[in-house]
Amino acid sequence: MSARPRSRPAIGDEIDGFRVLNCLHVGGMATLWTVERSGSPARYLMKVPRLGEGEDPAAIVSFEMEQMIMPRLSGPHVPKFIAAGDFEVLPYIVMDLVEGVPLSQRLAQLPLRPDEVARIGSQIAIALDDVHRQQVVHLDVKPGNILLCPSGEVVLVDFGLSTHAALPDLMEEEFRLPYGSAPYMAPEQVLGERRDPASDLFALGAVMYHLATDRTPFGDPQRMAGLRRRLWRDPVPPRQLDPDFPPWLQDTILRCLSVDPAERHPTAAQLAFDLSHPQQSVSGDRATKMHADGPFAVFRRRLAAPKSKPPRRSNAVSIASPAPILAVAVDLDEGSATIAASMRMQVARILRTMPQARLACLNVLKIARLTIDTALDDESRNKHVQRLVGLRHWAAELQLDPSRVTFHVLEATAPADAILEYIAANRVDHVILGARAKSIRKSLLGSVSAAVAAQAPCTVTIARSRGTYED
Amino acid sequence: MRIALMGDIHSNREAFSACLAHASECGADRYVFLGDYVGYGADPNWVVNRIAELTTEGAIAVAGNHDRAIGIERSRMNAAAGMAIEWTASQLDRTAAEFLSTLPLTIEDEDRLYVHADASRPGDWIYVDETASAAASLGATRQRVTFCGHVHVPMLFGITATQKILSFAPLAGSPVPLLRQRRWLAVVGSVGQPRDRNSAAAYAIYDTSTCEFKSLRVPYDVETAAGKIRAAGLPESLAARLSLGR
Repeated sequence: MSARPRSRPAIGDEIDGFRVLNCLHVGGMATLWTVERSGSPARYLMKVPRLGEGEDPAAIVSFEMEQMIMPRLSGPHVPKFIAAGDFEVLPYIVMDLVEGVPLSQRLAQLPLRPDEVARIGSQIAIALDDVHRQQVVHLDVKPGNILLCPSGEVVLVDFGLSTHAALPDLMEEEFRLPYGSAPYMAPEQVLGERRDPASDLFALGAVMYHLATDRTPFGDPQRMAGLRRRLWRDPVPPRQLDPDFPPWLQDTILRCLSVDPAERHPTAAQLAFDLSHPQQSVSGDRATKMHADGPFAVFRRRLAAPKSKPPRRSNAVSIASPAPILAVAVDLDEGSATIAASMRMQVARILRTMPQARLACLNVLKIARLTIDTALDDESRNKHVQRLVGLRHWAAELQLDPSRVTFHVLEATAPADAILEYIAANRVDHVILGARAKSIRKSLLGSVSAAVAAQAPCTVTIARSRGTYED
Repeated sequence: MRIALMGDIHSNREAFSACLAHASECGADRYVFLGDYVGYGADPNWVVNRIAELTTEGAIAVAGNHDRAIGIERSRMNAAAGMAIEWTASQLDRTAAEFLSTLPLTIEDEDRLYVHADASRPGDWIYVDETASAAASLGATRQRVTFCGHVHVPMLFGITATQKILSFAPLAGSPVPLLRQRRWLAVVGSVGQPRDRNSAAAYAIYDTSTCEFKSLRVPYDVETAAGKIRAAGLPESLAARLSLGR
């Protein structure tokens, strides 16, 4: 509007109290600089859009989106927002300098081992779940935007193509062509849909495929026709490239790459769950197939492929997830039968109202102390198996599809801590556990249910059966 | 400065007082009233006199079509609205009627424009409810941000970097930054007769330091407001629609 903004800073410049130390990166849409604030040893990252003549007009809009979205994001999986600059002087964003290595730097070491792919994939899924819960769809998940931190956690960067459910989408209004990264972009994103978190799951599937096979599932097409091809042409299954590739991981990756967003995992948290519990994933045709679909199936899909943006899915972005992960901590003692039945009823009710919810059945096997060779101890192994059998028996009456339920025996000295750790690690949305109405043991040892209720970061249901006094 | 923007109050005392209390709790420093203080509802005197009082304390008010219709021809109104205006004219005390007759159609305030409906022909009461009418209104002013009412449904329009118009339905309680390098038009929704199937009163707060626009919804005592409309002998449809938010 007024004076033309400057397009980039120079080393040594002082900008709103930040001193520019050095240039880290010159990208197509922005330049990145290390800066410091006087009186503080901390270093920050300053991102400055390229706004000069002949630059991509999308750079401005994308930067505006990022300036709107970043201050609204928080948590360990995004860089912390520090400050933003006025567009009429020098537009910039200052954020925390994340100590992490871009996943793109590992592309030279591909293919990665399947367990490494699953580990990194589940960390990315956890980061995506965190961002999705903050109403943001990233829309540019690719190795260059994924930072691997020394802690093993993932930080997502570059929200320039993202959308926020509570903010106008400037990119959608401005441009007809889809923006994103061709090798990883979801088919609905190719058609212009920008509000569906499932698009990020597709991109993550493409990233995992790339890490596992050293090739991108759809190449790197540069034109719309090439981008659209992924609407009907399914990728070569990883097992065709490596017959030893684990079927469960192929199943998970190919599910992410489903053309229909509704066929992917309902949430990033559920995807993270599958990636971190491989032995329990169900295997089927998709898990074992050795070849891409034949020409007839592909031709049929091509004829049926939509030409324009399909209607938006109703649950595309929502804060209260319609596909929660439930955990139920079942006490298998004989004396707890009535409570166990009451808990089963609660679980059945919740699962009926939310068909995409999944259930983790937990039992805590209390051990006196942690020993190094527990796994080798026959007696404890027998106990463990017996508890698993008991859990399956408890759940049998629910008659759940095996893909919706998993069973876990947690060995721990402190049951409440074990349940709380499980809840945190697996992004559980709702935990159900039982409590005796009155118990001597409880008054002596403190109540597990009370500790979980007080400390769990999610919804907690405590089941009691009225009128039963035990112990 | 936090500006509370309220329009289409329509003689609904319960909704208006709930919004005033809410805005005061939110730390509003200034009130801007975007027209249509009367019509439809049963408390025209209380509403107009309260607004008149607030203007003596620094509030800003523009006129709406219902306010202008008092004592003038109203051939363009539907039957229920026309009846409500006849009734309002018969009820309104002299000071309130005089206050309404002095209100301007538009007011400019720093980089902001306040107007009841479209700004290109403010006396023609054109609805700003889609991108074309928003473009026409934005084209008629140099002000960076336009605030208006008239439509009874909250909506936000912005001019993009390439002069296209984006539209966005703001979510209640979620602030949207009205980026300084662009121009914007915000329709603030209706205090006294919301029509987006949400019965809660609608208004908005604009923070001039952050340029954030926040659409807000305030539940109020709909039963009492509707009961007064019935007791006044006004058309039943005007009472019934309040609880439906349409």
